[in-house]
Amino acid sequence: MSEARGLVREAAERLFEKHCSVETLRRADGGEFPQVLWRALAEAGYTSALVPESAGGAGLEMADALSLLISAGRHAVPAPLAETMLAGWLLSSAGVSVPEGPLTIAPVREGEQLRARRDGALWRIEGTATRVPWGRQCGRIVVLAQSDGQNLVALVAAADVEFSNGHNVAGEPRDDLVFAGVKSQQAGVSPVAGGALRALGAVMRSAQMAGALQSVLEMTVQYAQERVQFGRPIGRFQAVQQNLAVLAGQAAAATAAAEAAIEAAAHDLESPVVAAAKIRAGEAAGICAAIAHQVHGAIGFTQEHRLHYSTRRLWSWRDEFGSEAWWAGRLGGAAAAAGADRLWHGITAAG
Amino acid sequence: MASLDNLTFAPPPPFAQGEVLRAEVRAFLAEHMPERAITQGVGSWGGSDREFSRKMGARGWIGMTWPRRYGGHERSALERYVVLEEMLASGAPVSGHWVADRQSGPLLLRVGTEEQKRAILPRIAAGECSFCIGMSEPDSGSDLASVRTRAAAVDGGFRINGTKLWTSNAHRSDYMILLARTGEAGEHRHGGLTQFLVELKTTQGISIRPVHNLAGEHHFNEVVFQDVFLPAANVLGEAGGGWQQVTSELAFERSGPERFLSAFTLLVELTRALGPAPSERACIALGRIVAHIATLRRLSRSVAGMLQAGANPAQQAALVKDLGTTLEQEIPEIARQLIDEEPDRDSTRDFVAVLARTMMNAPSFSIRGGTREILRGMIARGLGLR
Repeated sequence: MSEARGLVREAAERLFEKHCSVETLRRADGGEFPQVLWRALAEAGYTSALVPESAGGAGLEMADALSLLISAGRHAVPAPLAETMLAGWLLSSAGVSVPEGPLTIAPVREGEQLRARRDGALWRIEGTATRVPWGRQCGRIVVLAQSDGQNLVALVAAADVEFSNGHNVAGEPRDDLVFAGVKSQQAGVSPVAGGALRALGAVMRSAQMAGALQSVLEMTVQYAQERVQFGRPIGRFQAVQQNLAVLAGQAAAATAAAEAAIEAAAHDLESPVVAAAKIRAGEAAGICAAIAHQVHGAIGFTQEHRLHYSTRRLWSWRDEFGSEAWWAGRLGGAAAAAGADRLWHGITAAG
Repeated sequence: MASLDNLTFAPPPPFAQGEVLRAEVRAFLAEHMPERAITQGVGSWGGSDREFSRKMGARGWIGMTWPRRYGGHERSALERYVVLEEMLASGAPVSGHWVADRQSGPLLLRVGTEEQKRAILPRIAAGECSFCIGMSEPDSGSDLASVRTRAAAVDGGFRINGTKLWTSNAHRSDYMILLARTGEAGEHRHGGLTQFLVELKTTQGISIRPVHNLAGEHHFNEVVFQDVFLPAANVLGEAGGGWQQVTSELAFERSGPERFLSAFTLLVELTRALGPAPSERACIALGRIVAHIATLRRLSRSVAGMLQAGANPAQQAALVKDLGTTLEQEIPEIARQLIDEEPDRDSTRDFVAVLARTMMNAPSFSIRGGTREILRGMIARGLGLR
């Protein structure tokens, strides 16, 4: 890690530690938007991390900004930080100025496409986008729409969109949005296509999962050292130790994969390393959540213990911006097409 | 919260110039890879081929990191890593110098006498000298501290009696590094052990018997020492300091690319058998394995970087080996789900034969170099649980 990135991460850890208490997580779980946390994120410049300074943003290096999300994942930040970063990046790519406040992006699901058409000085957006993260809690939505074969990035007001509310299993809003000729006055053509948006989203979720896995490991090791049964801490039993070793290995693999993708994303969102990160972190998520709950026993299965704020996010994030199977299908398809004798070349070329 | 600093992986150091070396290795392999059945390269570091080892030695690719005065080339651990992974991924026959290059040479360099170093290291680096590891015994596998082979002090040296078992390639090796008991174990069980250099081809009283593995291959041996005299000059390192030497040696043994590429030949043949446009299910399975290998490679290079920087990443190395061998063992199981063929090691069809060989060798992946359970115990220690 570069020195600058180390400092960014340290500051972020302090901020999240201060503002993501169990109480904040509990209230957010009940649908309350964490205003105090959000103000702190905005003041620190995290929400505009991927908006250039010239456009009024914090203008962090891409890799530094993305590595913030490892820390955010560690603390289960219950707010659309990744989504607002992504939206700011998308708007900036089209030269559209970035408003304050929480933002989200649409569409996020593979196969969904929005269309844009001219209407005098305005643009009109048509189509449906499902599972839009934090949709109803964001005042504005940044859409990536197709217009005459070009990628149009447009800012629309959430109030103009028809909502159908849903949640991921972490209780975070994931809403279906219908755009019935919704107007936009701020739009621009962008070089960013849907695939790149999905890829950057996948890197973000991989980073968040890596962070969540680190905290799940820490919580579980600590619990195993404190919980006494049969006259000794359960972490003294070899059966428990072996499972915790597996948990540690999976968390380390997820972190390594996410860090590789963070490095790659800055210059190549089509890198196979991006796919590898989402696949590897997603697989680790399931394995680690299972072990963490097994070690915690009944208390970890309750709302009273904080473990579920991390494990429910892991179960959600692994399916967002492409599941392991979706990314593995693409990665494996490309490997097969390149052929057996190029397999190793492909692995080493990815870095 | 618990401190997990023992299990932190530093990002692998950037190493763009490694790509020049990689191209050199690939060109070398295109020219010098011996003509032979593809199954020869499965499971055991490509098999042994002294001629090939000599050619690698001539290119400066054995003992790469050692000082020039001992025949080394003073290159970085990361350069060495490039050579290793290219050799393994291609199934090249590197087994003849593998152990000497990886652990016996570095051990000699660290604890050997000047005379030992000058006599042996240049020969290893030239690909002329092979080593085997004399640690395990019939009653001493994972519990290495329980070794019973006895080295009794006699006039001018030691008299060795005992039996070593599972000694890979003893029948093809020039030297063994023998771990033997020279004194009492003491309170912590780790005292009284000493390592010795043993010339296998000239020393009297050593008998080597093959132990064929379940695949019918001869790698293992039983090596019996009967009143074998070793001069005092053959003590390697500190008398009584064998335990510390052995454990530090094992750190080198655990994190390299050989811990996740043992089934790579099968993966290549699986990809070939699947063809350029396989089913969605096959693509998903293949993509998942590629993602795992890419991640393991990063973790493994991270350990190489930490070793280069002088750190002691023993627990990280254990973690990489555990993850790597788990994947290696999965590959034959996945391959047989995707291609409907019955494994047959004598088949003329590469996939079928390589599947059979890999499947039969797979149990050893998580036994050799520290069992899965021992490694997980080490990781648990890193987590502060032991």
